[in-house]
Amino acid sequence: MTDASLAASKTYEPGFGDYVALLKPRVMSLVVFTALAGLLIAPISLHPIEAFAAILFIALGAGASGALNMWYDADIDAVMRRTAKRPVPSGRVQPGEAFALGIGLSGISIVMLALATNIAAAALLAFTIFFYAVVYTMWLKRSTPQNIVIGGAAGAFPPLIGWVAATGSVSLEAVLMFAVIFMWTPPHFWALALFMRSDYDDAGVPMLTVTHGRPATRRHILIYTLLLAPVAIWLALTPVAGPVTVLTALGMNALFVKMAYDIWRRDEVMAEADDYAVEKSFFRISLYYLFAHFGALMVDAALRFGGAL
Amino acid sequence: MSELRATHELHDRRKSRNLGVAVTLVALIAVVFGLTVVKVTRGDPMERFDHVARPALEMADE
Repeated sequence: MTDASLAASKTYEPGFGDYVALLKPRVMSLVVFTALAGLLIAPISLHPIEAFAAILFIALGAGASGALNMWYDADIDAVMRRTAKRPVPSGRVQPGEAFALGIGLSGISIVMLALATNIAAAALLAFTIFFYAVVYTMWLKRSTPQNIVIGGAAGAFPPLIGWVAATGSVSLEAVLMFAVIFMWTPPHFWALALFMRSDYDDAGVPMLTVTHGRPATRRHILIYTLLLAPVAIWLALTPVAGPVTVLTALGMNALFVKMAYDIWRRDEVMAEADDYAVEKSFFRISLYYLFAHFGALMVDAALRFGGAL
Repeated sequence: MSELRATHELHDRRKSRNLGVAVTLVALIAVVFGLTVVKVTRGDPMERFDHVARPALEMADE
């Protein structure tokens, strides 16, 4: 180590933004949105301040699990182009700090959610953080190509937690919201793995593309999308939904199945010829897919609240 | 001493961190205060046994 590099490593102090980046703000935005949907469409409503606190602490819990993920995964994040600039692999934040922030925020978010709403919601949040940080990050991600399938459950909990925060119990609608995100996650990430091909290979993460090959991944995307569609439409037919959700579910799922079918029909030669255009647009549409479904649920809830339904 | 800069980039980062922590703590205080006001004005149960039996609380449960 030269004098200059020693001085640089000694003098670097992270800014506030570096710690915020540890919480994966983009993932948090999806968590906030789906948790808000679960909370708003629930038949029992919270006081606005309680609802705000519930969403805040659910998001904080999600951020905490993100920090724990970045602490543990710094070695593979450093290898992948997409994640190499994250605070820990880039050296802006020390691993110990990321761990401490993750543990500290986990405790704060769980206790505060219990105080703001109820114990059941807090217990679900605690389980979600444990599931993402330990079951997914430390165990499944590096050991099985089904990592995304099972790890996706962690991302599916927020609307369920939002619902339980409002009602204190679990119901069919809440489970269906969970199921939609759970079934949506694998095709979403497998599409990403198809066009970010060298990243997961280099890091040695057993993605389906690496272990079972790319044609198998394309087949899996189609199978999961076909399984996702009836779940999403079932959710749209429950009492918490309405005509906006039904139309959205029919339209989005028809489009999603069509695009998954297109991905299944292609091979690598066709994909490389147009620089994975279909896979990339499937990935982009998959982001809109969740926002559209949960947004439609909230629009229907607002229409019901306003007396229009 | 003319080469000494008033603020180094490091100071900017440190300032942003200190400000961020301050704003976060004030926001947390505001949320806890707001929650307390909501729960107290709604009359949520605020106390249980404090090492001394409170027959009135027990009766309220029955």
